[in-house]
Amino acid sequence: MSNTIPNRKAFTDTLVDLATKDPSIFVVTSDARGSVTLEKFADTLPGQFVEVGIAEQNEIGIAAGLASFGKRVFACAPACFLSTRSLEQVKVDVVYSQNPVRIIGISGGISYGALGYSHQSLHDFAVMRTFADLAVLCPADRFQTEAITRWLAEHDVAAYVRMGRGPVPDVYANVQESFTFGKANRLSEGSDATIIANGETVHHALEAAKILGTQGIGVRVLDMPTIKPIDRDAILSAAVETGLIITVEEHSIFGGMGSAVAEIVSQEHPVPIRIIGIPDEIPIGGSSAELFDHYGLTGDAIASEVMTLIKKFKR
Amino acid sequence: MTHAELQALRLKSTSLRKALLGMIYRAKTGHTGGSLSSVDILTVLYYHVLRIDPKHPKDPNRDRFIMSKGHSVEALYVILADKGFFPLEELKTFSKFDSRLIGHPSVKVPGVELNTGALGHGLSCSVGMALAAQRDRSAVRVFCLMGDGEQAEGSVWEAAMAASNFKLDNLTAIIDRNRLQISGNTETVMKLDSLQEKWEAFGWDVHTVDGHDFSALTEAFGAPQVLGKPRMIIAETLKGKGVSYMQDNAKWHHGVPDDQQYHLALEELESYMQEVRGHE
Ligand SMILES: [Mg+2]
Repeated sequence: MSNTIPNRKAFTDTLVDLATKDPSIFVVTSDARGSVTLEKFADTLPGQFVEVGIAEQNEIGIAAGLASFGKRVFACAPACFLSTRSLEQVKVDVVYSQNPVRIIGISGGISYGALGYSHQSLHDFAVMRTFADLAVLCPADRFQTEAITRWLAEHDVAAYVRMGRGPVPDVYANVQESFTFGKANRLSEGSDATIIANGETVHHALEAAKILGTQGIGVRVLDMPTIKPIDRDAILSAAVETGLIITVEEHSIFGGMGSAVAEIVSQEHPVPIRIIGIPDEIPIGGSSAELFDHYGLTGDAIASEVMTLIKKFKR
Repeated sequence: MTHAELQALRLKSTSLRKALLGMIYRAKTGHTGGSLSSVDILTVLYYHVLRIDPKHPKDPNRDRFIMSKGHSVEALYVILADKGFFPLEELKTFSKFDSRLIGHPSVKVPGVELNTGALGHGLSCSVGMALAAQRDRSAVRVFCLMGDGEQAEGSVWEAAMAASNFKLDNLTAIIDRNRLQISGNTETVMKLDSLQEKWEAFGWDVHTVDGHDFSALTEAFGAPQVLGKPRMIIAETLKGKGVSYMQDNAKWHHGVPDDQQYHLALEELESYMQEVRGHE
């Protein structure tokens, strides 16, 4: 709980390490070196750093052009802008033209809660996962962030990665155990229900499992860092073996990880599902923690929702 | 450039006009006007300027050409086929079911560097490519053809600023300045003039030339690159150039000729070729 390293910092520290050894690694950013924590990269590797100014469309176009020359490009900026302003460039220049850019959206979801809806990205999983062959990822903690960064540096794939702003409690003990591309991680075991979470909701899901455990309810917790391609087998096992699924994500309840889970469960092994996320409204202002609390994304709220659903569907 | 070389380019571009009209006529779809206005520019690029080898379409040291005005794809396809990037026969499949020759450039087609179709994208990607070449200290040059209507896209100006900021003197952009776009005259749809002044203000070395004059075009492409400046060639053209009833008429933006119109166009282009040959 004492971790003070935000995921975006774990990302840039890892990237500096990798790029020092691999001159083909490039960073492109749009006046976001402070927000992303890219100062060290810019200072130590200026030949691999590209500042485009406040121009996110150009950022992704330039990133795609660099990628077409074999550069391993990480285009970094706040998630709200990259997933909205640059969307056509992501679709055409990256996905359609097959230029493997790693699009890193930082301070995603409601990280920037108090700055208003312009700065939130609650639609990014939804839009990004409809693009063919674009991987969509969201790390749960700093170890998983490092693992994802290393994986992306080694694989020439187009990907969108959303990470938050502040530090989050460690979910994993080390980098190695934290991530396998396209796979869910089973973090706790139980047969009464499954909670599937990702990103900053994972530690809240674990907290919920702990609360439920004290009341004699055993829940499986899955961390789903890869939203696309999603781990179909883990989802179906959860449906078959626990019969009730609750998804929790820092995203609109429409179109995100919960929807991806529901698409599989409803068509292949229907069981009750509850999608917890940000409801269909413009979020109120407040800190990230206050908004997690307000919208029921914390351990207590998740646990009580699970209790209600178990009573409704399983007792 | 010798007289014979100029004549060869004139004949080449006229036969390309015939070929692209044939593609559009057979497919009953296509962007006729813009393909005809840009084909002379493309002819100079592909038969005189670009260092490319159809046998090695992925050679890392090749020059890159980006067709940002992707709707003029017919002019690009006939050239790529003529150069041998793919079989000439394949042009017959244009816009047919499951053909890779779709209505906008696709990287599935050998020789195509970027999928375009959404306007205002090509120059940003070209900037990325030119920047990669610059950082690699490679001799690769990047060329990007845009439409004039496309100049209304804000992303064009983001890229214009960046190219100048990065001092990309390995980048040449061209505007097919035919003064027409789908809804009519560019200056009434959204005033663009003076493009020369705008691009100069953005720090580019700007050359405005007659986009159907092969000497002027080859001269502009061959002019010594100003150190640290990207180059802009504003090619003043006529939409539908070469077919008098299509020329300078917005309705031929994506007009498709009927039987009679097609044969009329072929006759006119053929008689122009006879005329050119007569001057040899
Ligand atoms: Mg035009």
